[in-house]
Amino acid sequence: MILSGFLDTLGAFVFVTGAAFLALGGLGLVRMPDVYNRIQAGTKATTLGTLLVLVGTALIEPSWAIKLLLIMLFLMFTNPLSSQVLARAAHRAGVRPKGDADYLSRDMEDLT
Amino acid sequence: MSDTHLADKGQTAPPPLDGLSGGVSLRLFATLFLFWVLLNASLSFATILSGLVVAGVISAAFGRHLSFLSGFNLAPAGIFAAFQFIGYFLKELVKANLSLAALVMKPSLPISPAIVKVRTTLTDPVARLLLANAITLTPGTLTCEIKGEFLYIHWVVTKSTDLDEATQEIVAGFERYLEVMYG
Repeated sequence: MILSGFLDTLGAFVFVTGAAFLALGGLGLVRMPDVYNRIQAGTKATTLGTLLVLVGTALIEPSWAIKLLLIMLFLMFTNPLSSQVLARAAHRAGVRPKGDADYLSRDMEDLT
Repeated sequence: MSDTHLADKGQTAPPPLDGLSGGVSLRLFATLFLFWVLLNASLSFATILSGLVVAGVISAAFGRHLSFLSGFNLAPAGIFAAFQFIGYFLKELVKANLSLAALVMKPSLPISPAIVKVRTTLTDPVARLLLANAITLTPGTLTCEIKGEFLYIHWVVTKSTDLDEATQEIVAGFERYLEVMYG
């Protein structure tokens, strides 16, 4: 009983930490100046935040751990990938990034 | 991240294999079956049997086209490198989130974004996918485009726009392990 109580507490703590990262990611989405920076803020925070929420769930409900592990694996493969495709689509649609250096535009004629 | 030239190279590289006799199909079969058992979290006769049948049919029919595992180096060195890669990746993921959190909470929002170009020596399609994903999840970098040996990275706090310096800063840490995993 002591062990399960400890795991519950630890799980809740990890869960809240994940939620905090998700909230910071949301703040990043609002504050960042252009689409690329916003994607950056969104991707990192949602990945780690969701992973921590899933780890917290696994600690509270250990019998779900294997399935949660699989979800984490799929998440780590697909979450960054979707962001990369969004960023690429934005660039191909002609959205200029903020900042002075844009090597992707300079090489654009070779890429199409 | 489409790259027809290298994708073609990756698919023709392993020798043509037929059905379950080939190593490629066997790896696909083992992966599919493992995922099936993990998803079911059960070892009952019906689960095992349907898993064996379906995994067998899929790997016999699509073994040559779903060869995404064929590049992985199953020697102890490759598996060891995979664990090192995961450890390094998780460390970088936490660092990325802490630095992003610090960045968005500063009222001045001190960013200096740019899209830089870096070079990779990896040729295996899955190794390149893992590299692009790892870069996206590490501090301030986002892969935008991949073409041949070059990756185009959006960098929130740019340290250098020089090809070699940026490669050293962004790519080198992961490439070290991926070269062994997909060597």
